[in-house]
Amino acid sequence: MLSYFSTVLPELFVLTMACGILLLDVFLVSKYRTLILVLAQFTLVGAFILTLQLWNVQPGLHFSGHFLLDHLSIALKLGAYILTFFVFTYAFDYLRQSKLPVGEFYVLGLFSLLGIMVLSSAGSLLTVYLGLELLSLPLYALVALSRDSKLASEAAMKYFVMGALASGLLLYGISLLYGMTGELGIFDVARGIMAQSGASQTVAGLGVVFLVVGIAFKFGAVPFHMWIPDVYSGATTAATLFIASSSKIAAFALATRLLFDSVWPLFHEWQSMVLILAVLSVVIGNVVALVQTNIKRLLGYSTIGHMGFVFFAFAAGSLPAGLFYIGVYGLMAVASFGAIILLNHAGHELESIGDLKGLNKSHPWFAFLILLLMFSLAGVPPLVGFYAKFVVLGALVEGGLTPYAIIGVLFSVVGAFYYLRIVKTMYFDEATDNSLTVNASGPIKFIFSVNGLAFLALGIFPGLLLSFCYRILT
Amino acid sequence: MMIPWLSLLIWIPILGGSSLFFLRDKPEIARPFAVLIAAISLLLSLIVYAHFDSSISTMQFQEKLTWIPQFKIYYALGIDGIALPLILLTCICTLLVVIASYWAIQKNVASYLAIFLMMSGFICGVFAATDAVLFYVFWEAMLIPMFLIIGIWGGANRIYATIKFFLYTFLGSILMLVALVYLYLVAGSAQISDFYNLGLTQNTQIWIFLAFFAAFAVKIPMFPVHTWLPDAHVEAPTGGSVILAAIMLKIGAYGFLRFSLPITPLAGQFFADLMIGLSLVAVVYIGLVAVMQKDLKKLIAYSSIAHMGFATLGIFLVFPLLEHAQDMSTAVLAVEGAMVQLVSHGFISAALFFCVGVLYERMHTRNIADFGGVANVMPAFAGFFMLFSLANVGLPGTSGFVGELFVILSAFKVHFMIALLASLTLILSPAYTLWMYKRVLFGTVVNKQVEQLTDITSGERGIFIVLAGFILLIGIWPAPLVDMTHATISHLLTQIQ
Repeated sequence: MLSYFSTVLPELFVLTMACGILLLDVFLVSKYRTLILVLAQFTLVGAFILTLQLWNVQPGLHFSGHFLLDHLSIALKLGAYILTFFVFTYAFDYLRQSKLPVGEFYVLGLFSLLGIMVLSSAGSLLTVYLGLELLSLPLYALVALSRDSKLASEAAMKYFVMGALASGLLLYGISLLYGMTGELGIFDVARGIMAQSGASQTVAGLGVVFLVVGIAFKFGAVPFHMWIPDVYSGATTAATLFIASSSKIAAFALATRLLFDSVWPLFHEWQSMVLILAVLSVVIGNVVALVQTNIKRLLGYSTIGHMGFVFFAFAAGSLPAGLFYIGVYGLMAVASFGAIILLNHAGHELESIGDLKGLNKSHPWFAFLILLLMFSLAGVPPLVGFYAKFVVLGALVEGGLTPYAIIGVLFSVVGAFYYLRIVKTMYFDEATDNSLTVNASGPIKFIFSVNGLAFLALGIFPGLLLSFCYRILT
Repeated sequence: MMIPWLSLLIWIPILGGSSLFFLRDKPEIARPFAVLIAAISLLLSLIVYAHFDSSISTMQFQEKLTWIPQFKIYYALGIDGIALPLILLTCICTLLVVIASYWAIQKNVASYLAIFLMMSGFICGVFAATDAVLFYVFWEAMLIPMFLIIGIWGGANRIYATIKFFLYTFLGSILMLVALVYLYLVAGSAQISDFYNLGLTQNTQIWIFLAFFAAFAVKIPMFPVHTWLPDAHVEAPTGGSVILAAIMLKIGAYGFLRFSLPITPLAGQFFADLMIGLSLVAVVYIGLVAVMQKDLKKLIAYSSIAHMGFATLGIFLVFPLLEHAQDMSTAVLAVEGAMVQLVSHGFISAALFFCVGVLYERMHTRNIADFGGVANVMPAFAGFFMLFSLANVGLPGTSGFVGELFVILSAFKVHFMIALLASLTLILSPAYTLWMYKRVLFGTVVNKQVEQLTDITSGERGIFIVLAGFILLIGIWPAPLVDMTHATISHLLTQIQ
C-alpha cells in the first residue's frame, strides 16, 4: 500500500501537515503562535527530504498517467520549498505585528504549495487544471487576508475575477485539445496532435491560443498583466511575497507541462505568440516601471519585464534557460518583497521609494544587501541576475532570434535606471528623519542575509546551478 | 609550483578591499591597511613585469580553471604586451589615490578605500581576462564601484552625473554582450583567442564591430558619445577623476586592440575612414571646446577626450596603412604610438587631476575665474603644475610628446591632411592648457582666499614627484615601454592582414 503511494509521499505529507496545522490553530492560544511557524517550516523541510529521496526513482507516469514524476518536477518542487521557506520566515513578524491571522496564512500557504506540487507533477491536462485551481483558490483568500482593508478586498476581487476568467479560457483550450485528440495525458496529446493533419491541427492550434492566454495570465505577461500592480500593492505584503515568488514556479510548471510537453508539435504556432507577449512585456514592464513611485507597484512592473525574459527563453525553445531564469528570479523576488516587509518606516510599511532615504547611514548591512539585490535585478555581473540574462540571450541568439535579444538588452538598460534609482535613494540621499527601522528578529535577519549573499555567491560560482538546470532537462 | 600571480593581483585588492568594510569606524587603521594592500598589488605587478618576456607575442602567466563547465567557460587569465603596461598603470595610480585619501577624504574613509581597492582588482581582471565572459564580468563589475564613488563622494550634481555615467556605459556594454554571445556560439568557445580568424563575412563583422564600438567608444570616449565624461569628471572626487581618466578611459582603447582589430578586421577596414574622422573631430573640435571651459576639471576632461582621440587615431590608422601602403612597420609605429599615448596620458591626466584636487581642497571652487596669481603663494605647486601642463601640451622630453609624435608620423604616411589636422593639437592643446595655467597661476593675487593658500604638503609633493618621474622617464627613455608592447603589436597586426 505504502509503495503504491510512495511517489506522492511529499504531497501527502504536506496535505496532512496543512490539515494538522489548521486544526491546531483553532485550539492554540495566541501566545504559542511561533509553534505554527515552526510546524510550517518543519513541513517544508520534511517535504524537501521526502522529495529528494525520489530523485533516484525511475522517471515515469503514475496513477493511470495522471501523475508524472521526473527530475524537472522534483527540481520545481524543491525550488518551491526553498522559496516558500523564505516567504514563511519573512512573513512571521509582519503578520503578528499587523494583527493578521497567523495560522490561516500558513495553512493557506501550504495548500497553495500543494497546488504548485500537483502542477509540477501534472501528467495529464486534468491534473494541470486541478493543480492550478488548488494553487489559485488559497491565493485569492490570502490576498484578502486583511479583510478590513478596502485595497486588499479590491485586489482580491480583481485577482479572483481575472483568475477565474483565465482558468476558464485555459479550460476551454484544454477541451479543444481533448476534443481533437481524444487524449488527456500530456504526452498522449502531443502524439495525438502529430497524428492529425490539416483542419484538425488548426483546431488544436486554436486550443493552443487559449493555453497561451492562460499561461500569460499566470505569469502576468502583457497584455494580461493588469492584475499584477494592483494585487502586488493592494494585497497584504505577506501574500504578495508568496505570489511574487513561489507562484512563479507554478507558472513555469504550467508552461512546461502545456507548451513543452503537450503542444510541442505546434511549436511554430505558439512561438510567434509567445514572442509578441515577451516583447510587449519587456517593453511595457520596464517603461511603465520608470514612473512608479510606490515601491510595490514598481516591483510589480519590474516582474512583468522579467517575465518577458522568461517568455523569450520559451520562444527560443530553451527550457533550461527559462528554468534558470525563473529560479534566480524567484530568489530575487522573495528578497525584494522580503526587504519591504522587514523595513519599517515611521511605524508603517514601506510605501514609496523615498522612504528608503538614508538607509545606508542607519543600516549599512541591510542597504548593502538591497544593493546586491538591485544590481542583480538589473543584470549586472558579478551578480547572478546577469547569468540569468546571459543564458536567455544565448538561447535567443542560438535560435536565430538575435533582433529580439537586442530588444531585450536595450530594455534592460531602461530597467537598470529604476533599480539604480533605488540604490541612489539608499546611498546618495540624506535621510530627512531617522524613522527607518529594520523590523526583524535575529534569525530572520540572518536568513535575509543568506538570501542576499546568495546573489553574490551564485554570481561568482554560477556553474553549479547552471549545470543543474541543464542536466535535469536533457 | 606555479604561483598564480595574476589571480593574486586581482583578488588581493578585491578581498582586501571587502575586508575594509569591517573597519568602517576605524579610519586610522583603515588607511594604512589600504596603503599596504595597494602596495602589495603594486609589488605583485612589478614581479609580473620582472618576469615578463617581452619577446614573446602570446599570452604569458596563463591560468586556466573550469568555471562554468556547462558552457565551456573558463576562469582564464593571461597577459601580453598590451595588457601589462595598463596593469602597471592601474597599480601605480591606485596606490597614489589611496595615499591621497589621507588628506582628501574625510567622509566614510574606510568604505571609500574599500571600493577603490575592489575597483582596481576588477580593472586588473579586465586586462588579464582571456575568456570573454570573464572579461565581461570584470568589465561590468567595475561600473558598480565607480557608480558609488561618484554618487557618494561626488560634488553637488553628482547624482545626475553618476546615473548618466552608469546608463551610458551599461547601454554600450550590454550591446557588446550580444556580440560576445554570438561569437561564443560561432566559435564554440569563450576564449578570446578562439574568436580570431573565424572567417566571418564582412556583413556579420560590421554588426559585431558596431556592437563593440558601442561599448568601447563610450568608454574611451569618442565623439559623439563623450558627453558623460565631462559630467562624471566634474562631479567625481579627485580620486575618482584620477582613476576615470587614467585607467577607465584606457579600457576602451584596450578593447579596440583586443577585440575589434583582430576579430572584425574587414569591418575595421570598412569603418576606418569614419573612425579616423571621428578621432580627428575629437582632436580638433573637442580641443576647441576645451579652450572655452570655465571649470578646471571640465577643461581637463575635454583635454582627455582630445588626447584619447590620438589613441584611437593611432589604432585606426592601421587599416589604411596595411591596405594601401602595405606598410607594416609604420602600422606598428602607429599602434605603439597609441599605446604610449595611453600610458602617458594615464600619468599626465592623473597628475592634472591631482593638481586640481590640491586647489579644490583649499579653495572649494574649480572655477578658473576664482583663481589668479596662485604661483605667488604656492611656488612649489606652480612648478609641478607647470611640468604637467607642458607634458599635456606634448613638450619634447615629456611622455606626451612621444605618443603624439609616433601617431603624427604614421598619419603622414596615410594622408597629408590627416597629419595636418592631427597636428592642430600642437596649437590647440597649448591654447587651452597654457591659457588655463596663465589665468590660474600667473598675474597678481586676485582675492583674499588665494592670498591665504598654503603650498603643497610633503605628501602631495611625494605624489607629484612620482608622477613627474614617470612622465619624464617615458619622455626621455620610452624604449622599455615600446619594447614591452612591440612583439604583441606586431603579432596583432599580422592577424589583421
